[in-house]
Amino acid sequence: MSKQLDLTFSALADPTRRAILARLKGGEASVMELAEPFDMSLPAISKHLKVLERAGLIARGRDAQRRPCRLQAAPLEEIAEWTGGFRRFWESSFDRLDDHLAQMTKKESRHGRKKRK
Amino acid sequence: MDARRGSDHKLVVDGVGEREIVMTRAVAAPRHLVFDAWTKPEQVARWLLGPAGWTMPFCKIDLRVGGAWRYLYVHDSGKKMGMGGVYREIAAPDRLVFSESMDHGESEDIEVSTKMFPGESVNTLTLVEKDGVTTMKLVGLYPSRETRDAALASGMEKGVRASFDRLEEMIS
Repeated sequence: MSKQLDLTFSALADPTRRAILARLKGGEASVMELAEPFDMSLPAISKHLKVLERAGLIARGRDAQRRPCRLQAAPLEEIAEWTGGFRRFWESSFDRLDDHLAQMTKKESRHGRKKRK
Repeated sequence: MDARRGSDHKLVVDGVGEREIVMTRAVAAPRHLVFDAWTKPEQVARWLLGPAGWTMPFCKIDLRVGGAWRYLYVHDSGKKMGMGGVYREIAAPDRLVFSESMDHGESEDIEVSTKMFPGESVNTLTLVEKDGVTTMKLVGLYPSRETRDAALASGMEKGVRASFDRLEEMIS
């Protein structure tokens, strides 16, 4: 898997960081605003934000005072692509293949055909 | 039936390096039947269908080196999708190498259908049988990282959307 994806997955593994992302779904917010619901120091929150930023999940504004954070969707979409589209296509197909092969195996044994290997 | 779908028969999908997708999956059937399921059009059209809602009204296979294959898909929603390519190596019942590209399925003729992304992958299917269980390994080699990643997302927007929604729920 790509490095980006490694970063994204490990960033998402932490409940505080997921809560921060959930908060940012409602719109951009400053570090102070983000820290509010958590029983955590500002430096601790800042550390989480750095992880999220490195994973490309958030972007920070240029305003030196507030440096507001906002959600970046691209890495999330990349994860969805990996876990959804392609995988789901093949998973569904192979489940159907199981049933199909069960029928073919039964049919073959019924006809007493010799196995060719 | 569900017993056969135990954890050891689970699908494993991995992006390997920059340009490959490697998939493995075990099925409870002898190898020659699995090979048939991949190469006989009337069989392919019964299982290689993706999520519910898709059917394959057109499936043509010319199983010779240099021979073409073409699948056309239609979804209940009316959306269409196509795949096709050429067989490069045929070693029944354990190995099959074929090129593959994806398109929007406008025509049975692959040349006049719009490609989903440029280039094609070269897929190698290897079948290994042990104790009546066949392990299928499909390695897709793509022309670039971009194409590889695009292939992972292609044609199944519904699945992508659904899982993106799930992911959103997860973080809310």
